[in-house]
Amino acid sequence: MPQAQVKMNVRKAGGKAAIIDIEGELAAFAEGVLMDAYNQASADGARVIILNFEGLEYMNSSGIGLLVTLLIRINREKQRLLTYGLSEHYRSIFQITRLDDAIATYDAEDEAVKAADGM
Amino acid sequence: MTKQTHNPGEQEQRQPRDTAFWAEYTERLKVSEMPEDAVNLNVDGRRTVGPLQGFGKMWQKTYRIRLEGADTTPAEVVETWKENFPKFWMPGNRFLTARAGLSPGDVALINSDVPGSRWFSTGIVVIYADDESFTYMTPEGHPFSGWVTFSAFEDEDGITTAQVQLLIRSNDPLYELMMPVALHRVEDMTWQHTLRSVAAHFGASGEVKTRVVCVDPKRQWRQYKNIRHNAVIRSAFHAMTAPLRRNPGRA
Repeated sequence: MPQAQVKMNVRKAGGKAAIIDIEGELAAFAEGVLMDAYNQASADGARVIILNFEGLEYMNSSGIGLLVTLLIRINREKQRLLTYGLSEHYRSIFQITRLDDAIATYDAEDEAVKAADGM
Repeated sequence: MTKQTHNPGEQEQRQPRDTAFWAEYTERLKVSEMPEDAVNLNVDGRRTVGPLQGFGKMWQKTYRIRLEGADTTPAEVVETWKENFPKFWMPGNRFLTARAGLSPGDVALINSDVPGSRWFSTGIVVIYADDESFTYMTPEGHPFSGWVTFSAFEDEDGITTAQVQLLIRSNDPLYELMMPVALHRVEDMTWQHTLRSVAAHFGASGEVKTRVVCVDPKRQWRQYKNIRHNAVIRSAFHAMTAPLRRNPGRA
C-alpha cells in the first residue's frame, strides 16, 4: 500500500477555529492523515475547521472525494469548513468539481480566521 | 509550524504536477461532433453536478475485481480502459465520444434503451485522467449527481486490481424514489459487468467485490428543483414528440 506523501499540522487560531496545514499530496492514501488531523482539531473544541492549502503540491480526484466526505462529517457535527491558500490551479479544480459552491475560500489566513470568528 | 506568507505571484509560477491531469473549467458543457444517430439531449449547455449538488442520500459504492492470471500493470489496465471504454459498457447502452479514448475535458453522450422510450439520453464529462485513474462527472439531469473514478492498482498480494468507485447522490426526488426499486440495482449491474469485461479483456476472470457505504443519510431538500432537468422525463417527452419532428431519432 502506498505511503501518505502528506503532512498535516493542527494549530488553534482565533477564538473558535483550528487550522490544518496541508503539506504534500492529497490523494486516497491521505485519508487517515486527514481524518486524524480533523479529530485532533475537533478534540480541542474547534467549531470552525480551516484548511490551509498553501503547501498543497498535488491533488487527484480521490483527494477531492476526501474533501467531500470531510465536509459531510463537519456538517454532521454542526461545524463549519473554510479554506485558504488555494493557488489559481486548485481554485479552478474547486470550480470544476463545484466544491466552491459549498466551501468558502479565502486568499489569506487572517481573512479566514476573521470569518471564523464572525460565525 | 512557521506561518507561511501568502504570495500569489510565487504560487502562480509553480505548476503542480497534476496540472495536465485536470480538465479546464467551463461553465457549461459543449458536445463536440457526434455520430449521426446519436441523441444529443440533456448534455449540451448543462452544468456539471457533483455529490454536493444532488438531492438524495450520498453513497460511496466501490466495485473491485482482481485480475488474477493476467500479466499486466495498473497503468496498462487504465490505458486500455480509457482507449476501449465503450466496449466494456453494458449492452443496450451506447457510450459515444467524438474520438477514441478519454482525456480530461472530453464530453461523452450516453444513449440507452429504457422502457417507454427508445432513447434515454444523458452524458458525462471527464474531469481527471492520469496513468492509473480517470474520473468522470455527471451533468444536470443525469440520474446521479457526482463522479465515478476508474482506477487500477496492485493489491497487497501484488495482483493488479481494477476498481470503479462512485461518490453520488440521486439528482432529484423522482430519481431518489427510483433508487431502491431500480437505480441501485442498475448501477451495480453496470459496473459489475464493466469490471468483468475489463478482466476478460486481459484474460482474467474473477468475482467482483462490491462495497456500499451511505456517506450522508440526509436528503438535500433545497435541491428538489433539480427535477426540471430530469433526463428521463425529457427523454420520454423527446421520444413521444418524435413523430412531430421531420427527422425523428435525432436531437
